[in-house]
Amino acid sequence: MKKKSYKEIPTGGTITSPGNSLSYETGSWKSYRPVRDKSKCTNCLLCFVFCPENCIKVKEGKVQDADLNYCKGCGLCASECPFKAITMKLEEECEL
Amino acid sequence: MKTEVTGAQAASIAMKHLNPDVVSAFPITPQTDIMMEFGQYVADGEVSTDLILVESEHSAMSAAVGASAAGVRAMTATSSAGLALMFEILGVASGSRLPIIMNVVNRALSSPINIHCDHSDSMDCRDIGWIQLYSENAQEVYDNTIIGTKLAESVKLPVMVMQDGFINSHCLQNIELLEDKKVNEFAGELKPVNSLLDFKKPVTIGPLQLTDYYFETKRQQSEALSDAYKDYIKFCREFAKISGRSYDYVEEYKLKDAKHIIVALNSTCGAVKDVVDELRNRGEKVGLLKIRMFRPFPYERVFNALKKCKSVTVLDRSESFGANPPLMSEVKNSLSSAHVIINSVIYGLGGREFTEEDVKLIFNNMIKGKKVKHYAGCRE
Repeated sequence: MKKKSYKEIPTGGTITSPGNSLSYETGSWKSYRPVRDKSKCTNCLLCFVFCPENCIKVKEGKVQDADLNYCKGCGLCASECPFKAITMKLEEECEL
Repeated sequence: MKTEVTGAQAASIAMKHLNPDVVSAFPITPQTDIMMEFGQYVADGEVSTDLILVESEHSAMSAAVGASAAGVRAMTATSSAGLALMFEILGVASGSRLPIIMNVVNRALSSPINIHCDHSDSMDCRDIGWIQLYSENAQEVYDNTIIGTKLAESVKLPVMVMQDGFINSHCLQNIELLEDKKVNEFAGELKPVNSLLDFKKPVTIGPLQLTDYYFETKRQQSEALSDAYKDYIKFCREFAKISGRSYDYVEEYKLKDAKHIIVALNSTCGAVKDVVDELRNRGEKVGLLKIRMFRPFPYERVFNALKKCKSVTVLDRSESFGANPPLMSEVKNSLSSAHVIINSVIYGLGGREFTEEDVKLIFNNMIKGKKVKHYAGCRE
């Protein structure tokens, strides 16, 4: 997305288009990423509930992997998972 | 209509004319008189203001920010430590471009604790993005509050109107008042860019901006100060039409052929004017340059007013510890390409008396080409 000049932005840094956090990708912030062990996951959906970025989606009752474009690597999902199905792995140790 | 009021009352009467939707109040000497008077107007139903009594000045400014973000006219007033406690939120107000109007009654900062006048409180806020107007007397407090409101709401920037604690705020003076109707016609209605109460157009005011947009927002804010500079003189001319009182960025008092000029802010200008008159009667070519608008600073106007004189003495009622004092620093910047001797005098800290005799001594030393002492009225 081409960034705007100071003449083009709203007065005082105000956000005038609600719900625009979708266009603000926070994925680059993370040092650790969540890696889910599908064999341990019971689809209890607790990770989906707790994710502050709402980047874990549910499809037909099944948990999907975190959307890494938005996942900040906070580790809440791993911490909350009762089955220890999610582990936080250092970014540089993950395959890109 | 002529009436006898104190500087504090002048501020509250101007606020009454402007009928702000929200006023937040917290007491602090010597500002308390403004809110005491204004509270009476609220109690008597003379204004339709929602007066919010808060638990600190940090909250007073926060309440004004909330009200202004909601899109209504918001005002408050403070002094000294109160202004210092507001500091964080002063930046939120200017950065979010909220046209809040605040009367500041100048008082020294701790420590040592002191309730009397100097300008260290408002000078500490000179780089926080507020427009700053200084007032010599109650009349100027009244007029600056009215012009300041129009200016704030036109360029979407907050405005501070200064007056000297006790010297101005608590002394009775004759001032000329305008009719409510005339003031309202002049100030007009506030048209906010955005309003948190406009449910059809939801917005977020004051969000996070990191390396990608913060810089642009600050650049935009800086441009707004330039706009304020242009609009101010326009509004002063409009104000002259309804009041008969002409204002400018500065007041040039007997400067035409002046060789020795004092530059000052606020009530001290009254004493300097008296001395200028006396010395003029003796044939001395002396004058006063009073700065009314300190932010944005009128560099060009100051240069033009002072470029032809021999020597200038800048009176500062505050220190910038380890650097040139605030007003002297700006005057020196203005005169960087002129061949003028610039003296700096610090006076009146913590309300220390500064009399016409002190002013006379400074002028006499300038005339004789003698050294002007940097600290006036301080025991060596």
